[in-house]
Amino acid sequence: MALQSPAEIRALIANHKRWDIVFGVIGIVCLAICLMTFVTLFVDMLIDGYARLRPEFFTEFPSRRAGQAGILSAWIGTTMVMIVTAAVAVPLGVAAGIYLEEYAPGNWMTDVIEINISNLAGVPSIVYGLLALGLFVYQFGLGQSVATAGLTLALLILPVVIVATRESIRAIPGAIREAAYALGATKWQVVQGHILPYSTGGILTGVIIGMARAIGETAPIITVGALTFIAFLPPSPVTTEPPFLSFEWLMSPFTVMPIQIFNWTSRPDPAFQANAAAAGFILVFMTLAMNGLAIWLRYRIRRNIKW
Amino acid sequence: MADPKPALESLPLKAHAAGLNFHYGDFQALKNIDMPIYDKRVTALIGPSGCGKSTFLRCFNRMHDLYPGNRYEGEIRLHPDNVNLLDRAVDPIEVRMRLSMVFQKPNPFPKSIFENVAYGLRVRGINQRAVLEEKVEEALRSAALWNEAKDRLHEQAFNLSGGQQQRMCIARALATEPEILLFDEPTSALDPIATASIEELIAELKEKVTILIVTHNMQQAARVSDFTAYMYIGELIEYGWTDDIFIKPKHEQTEAYITGRFG
Amino acid sequence: MSGTAVSTLDQAMSPAESRLSHRASRHIKEKIIESVLFLAALVSVFTTLGIVYILVSESVVFFSHVPLWDFLTDKQWTPLFDDAHFGIMVLLSGTLVSSGVALLVAIPLGTVIAVFLSEFAGPRLREIVKPMLELLSGVPTIVYGYFALLFVTPLLQRFMPELPGFNLLSAGLVMGIMIIPTVSSIAEDAMRAVPMNLREGSYAMGATRLQTALKVVVPAAFSGIMAAYILGISRAVGETMILAVAAGMQPNLTWNPLEPAATITAFIVQVALGDLPHGSVGYQTIFAAGLTLMLMTLVFNILGYWLRKKYREQY
Repeated sequence: MALQSPAEIRALIANHKRWDIVFGVIGIVCLAICLMTFVTLFVDMLIDGYARLRPEFFTEFPSRRAGQAGILSAWIGTTMVMIVTAAVAVPLGVAAGIYLEEYAPGNWMTDVIEINISNLAGVPSIVYGLLALGLFVYQFGLGQSVATAGLTLALLILPVVIVATRESIRAIPGAIREAAYALGATKWQVVQGHILPYSTGGILTGVIIGMARAIGETAPIITVGALTFIAFLPPSPVTTEPPFLSFEWLMSPFTVMPIQIFNWTSRPDPAFQANAAAAGFILVFMTLAMNGLAIWLRYRIRRNIKW
Repeated sequence: MADPKPALESLPLKAHAAGLNFHYGDFQALKNIDMPIYDKRVTALIGPSGCGKSTFLRCFNRMHDLYPGNRYEGEIRLHPDNVNLLDRAVDPIEVRMRLSMVFQKPNPFPKSIFENVAYGLRVRGINQRAVLEEKVEEALRSAALWNEAKDRLHEQAFNLSGGQQQRMCIARALATEPEILLFDEPTSALDPIATASIEELIAELKEKVTILIVTHNMQQAARVSDFTAYMYIGELIEYGWTDDIFIKPKHEQTEAYITGRFG
Repeated sequence: MSGTAVSTLDQAMSPAESRLSHRASRHIKEKIIESVLFLAALVSVFTTLGIVYILVSESVVFFSHVPLWDFLTDKQWTPLFDDAHFGIMVLLSGTLVSSGVALLVAIPLGTVIAVFLSEFAGPRLREIVKPMLELLSGVPTIVYGYFALLFVTPLLQRFMPELPGFNLLSAGLVMGIMIIPTVSSIAEDAMRAVPMNLREGSYAMGATRLQTALKVVVPAAFSGIMAAYILGISRAVGETMILAVAAGMQPNLTWNPLEPAATITAFIVQVALGDLPHGSVGYQTIFAAGLTLMLMTLVFNILGYWLRKKYREQY
């Protein structure tokens, strides 16, 4: 007590606590700025695009007349590209994740793969577009097609799927593996019978987050040279003649939601900007729904699993 | 221990716990504890793990207030001003400025040795260089670290050895001239040589300050303390002069624990 | 597990020879599966190699037409004119100014939010706020571009009537908001990794939350917080659509955020939107620009990776 009198100390503490409160308020204000920006963005798009949000908007092709333009080719294109992306990224990402967690020896090759994946996650998306332009479009001759876009986005979200797979596999306790091995199971039997079933939820979460990112990606698809005005649909994957399946759609030109929004946003006519707002609202809603689903899924997994 | 033991009534009290209950949520961790803490004496808290000895210690500087769901009942009175440390009206920050604590694992801040020892002073708004230098030297001398540290005061504290780090943490705790020094198993992360030097230090420090020490090591309790309290599942089973407790414990359970048959 | 049990029984009942062959075939199957999984893991390595190969091979051709020195020092960027100039400085200025504006928003706000969530907010508030921030970072950047061009710029023009419709300022501001969740979540992770006993040491000396946060937790998490900033910078430098939409695509050597200017990324978009013949110098410029971008983000990513590793090792 020789340092300061109790009264002095109390005054000092009161002063310090004031700063605590001041900082708490600053923190809440900063959070509010962040979240309010987001709410403003959402509401702004809803207001700007509200007049266009009607059923015909989904069933009309883009048009020179803003009032008649719709997102039919965009949402179908997005769906097709996403099918390709998922079909490539999910098996590759899960397989790579399993390899790294269950098989990979601790050698330099594994280190290279691991460092490489964490580095790829930080490569700007437009660089993937350049890769696709040089490799898929010209070297492989895939052109500006659904397949090119799907493959590009698949490579883009591959790190997300791999990391999610690894994290959910890592959460499985070693005792479960040992129990299966002790019964004479081979490595693959353990993976197939135990590792994969137990990590499905976590992998799914990662896949959804990756897909939500892919659905909104614009830059790599523009770089590939995708057309911005498409008033037709890719050929249907289902045909009336045997074998009833067609893969022509893979090589078809296409457009996707974000490109359609970009196209409409860059026009000076405000009527088109209303279209952009309406399509943007739909896109934000879709990504929000997907991310929300993933977060909810993760929350449920955390709550239910108690190893 | 100087033999003719003074009568307990004649010793000045530094603090005492009365009717102390403590709850972690629904779990009652301390049950109706009454215990004196005598001025400028070392009191050791012993007992099997989970007995509540650390929980009891952390009531003194209101560390439990940092986490939600904790509840105190009863009182810990600090003498001579007879204030109840657990009173809601008493600010835990003020309590922590008056009582210092040394933790199980040395916890140097990511700063220089000087800034570590000066931390409590700076927290109190003392920033004059001359005062800080004087207090830091005094504290380091009291913690028997001055000779080793005086030429490297501005080096990172992480660079010290484990035992030196713990002595620096003691210096940090001493620099603010605390009324009670709380030790929470201060040597459990240290090697025997570092442990011996800390024990030596505690014996010197009791000239200046009241000490309460939690230890899982009975020999340590026997070596350093004047009084010992044996706790079991949240209750104070036995309290008394350390040599009484170790030589002729009144409770069978205390004896079982001390002789290593249990715990 | 039932499959395993049956095959084990099979083995027990079959003669020794067939048991051996069974084991051999099983071994081969396991090897094949392992190889397939390994190849899948290699895809990411091939992606990197592909990126490096494409960028470097096209850039090599580009630099055979344009001397590196001109590329680095020329003060004009007119690759599609007859009198072509290729001064990357022009695009770099747009990238640096917009990133600078973004960081002026993202670093202070991101840091405050991280400290607030890690040291001040209770677990319940944190559980609500963190997923919301995560959602924020999931918004497609084209939508942020729309917002910057058609909401933020008109808003700013009310206070600054002379502000042009395309400008680096509103693109940078919106980009800053977009990056906040990246910065705050990595910085918060770093702070939460600081062991509790350091915090307790500080509280036990009578420190308040703010004193503990600023004097102990932030210094202890310093390298992780720096990693958060650096990864934020890397994101700002590589961001494309907000700038292509809201900052205009006109090359402009400027340090003034109130002006329109193209960034490296916006230039790539602009060229890709046009119809450039494969193999022309104009086509190759986007690869040279992309290589510049890649090198910049690579440096930041490696630095960020190293800093994060450092704080993970520390505690």
